Amino acid sequence: MNCRDAEKKLMAYLDGKLIGAERRDFETHLAACNGCQERVAGFQSVWGVLDELPVVTPSPAFDVQVRARVQQESKKRVWGWLVPSPRVAFAITALLITSIWLSSLQPGKIAVPRSPMGSTIQSNEADFRMIQNLPVLENYDVLTSFDALSEIPVQPAAQSHPLNQM
Amino acid sequence: MARSDVQLMLGVKSGDDSSFELLLRRYRTPLVNFLYRMVRDGAAAEDLAQEVFLRVYRARGQYVPTAKFTTWMFRIATNLALNALRDGRYRQMEISIDQTGADHSADGESDQPTKEIADRQASIESELIQRDRAEQIRRAVESLPEKQRAAVLLHKYEELDYDQIANVLGCSESALKSLLFRAYETLRVELAPLIKTQQVSSQAARFGK
Repeated sequence: MNCRDAEKKLMAYLDGKLIGAERRDFETHLAACNGCQERVAGFQSVWGVLDELPVVTPSPAFDVQVRARVQQESKKRVWGWLVPSPRVAFAITALLITSIWLSSLQPGKIAVPRSPMGSTIQSNEADFRMIQNLPVLENYDVLTSFDALSEIPVQPAAQSHPLNQM
Repeated sequence: MARSDVQLMLGVKSGDDSSFELLLRRYRTPLVNFLYRMVRDGAAAEDLAQEVFLRVYRARGQYVPTAKFTTWMFRIATNLALNALRDGRYRQMEISIDQTGADHSADGESDQPTKEIADRQASIESELIQRDRAEQIRRAVESLPEKQRAAVLLHKYEELDYDQIANVLGCSESALKSLLFRAYETLRVELAPLIKTQQVSSQAARFGK
């Protein structure tokens, strides 16, 4: 073994990882080489000197800050799972607002297109009044030949014939 | 019997907060010390150490105990430290430390009581000598190239095995041994004045493994 080979084995030797024949070879070289002896002793001394470096203690706030950041991460994760992107978040919010606005409107105010067939006509009073006020009803000629009106539900005596009121 | 790192990490994965708390207690000091010696600033080291814990927590769902927990954790820490040094985030702080000596470990001027000086009743003179030695050691370690510095810190202070350090630094074991050899050789030269003093006062220590 020459000095160059010994340099490659030096760390393993000092860490006690050099065993068997390799170790014997290294020690044989070491016994005959002043330069390598000096280096081994120097490395051992460096190891000891490095122990003098003081140990830094984390500040008292360290744990609290880690916990706070982890907690923040947990919350972010929950919302992040529900709302994967700002665009989707905006769309969901817009949809919610629209739904709330629509549900707050009174049913009579919504202009729902209705089929002329009686199957879709509601029999409640509001619907009946709406039908009464439709402009088309003002034309008697149209009404008399308008078969669909025969399917309008019959109302109590006072309102039974809408045309009487006109 | 204390639970292993892997057991604790699997606990974190299953939503057990106390496991994370134990990992935090177990590794806060080694992590802060490693990062402090890497980036040379106490506040920055704590900030980065917090980031390491946060990343460990974030990755809990994907954690698979294939490698040692410490290898994984120090790989995160090393990458964070190297990135921070490379993008110059802490350059200003380094200068301020060098200029003012506002070092948590090497002197007593820091606002935060971050060094461990046990209840020693040393004379002012010997304390000054000790401080001066610590400062020289700190500077010698800091003057090492980043990768060599990380290798020495993980080898000397964290007592990681060669395969672990090689994994952290992303190199082969033989490359790591070469890296460590060069680092300790530089330190041997840089710290020669301190080594002579030490050899007179005490017997040379062997490597601790």
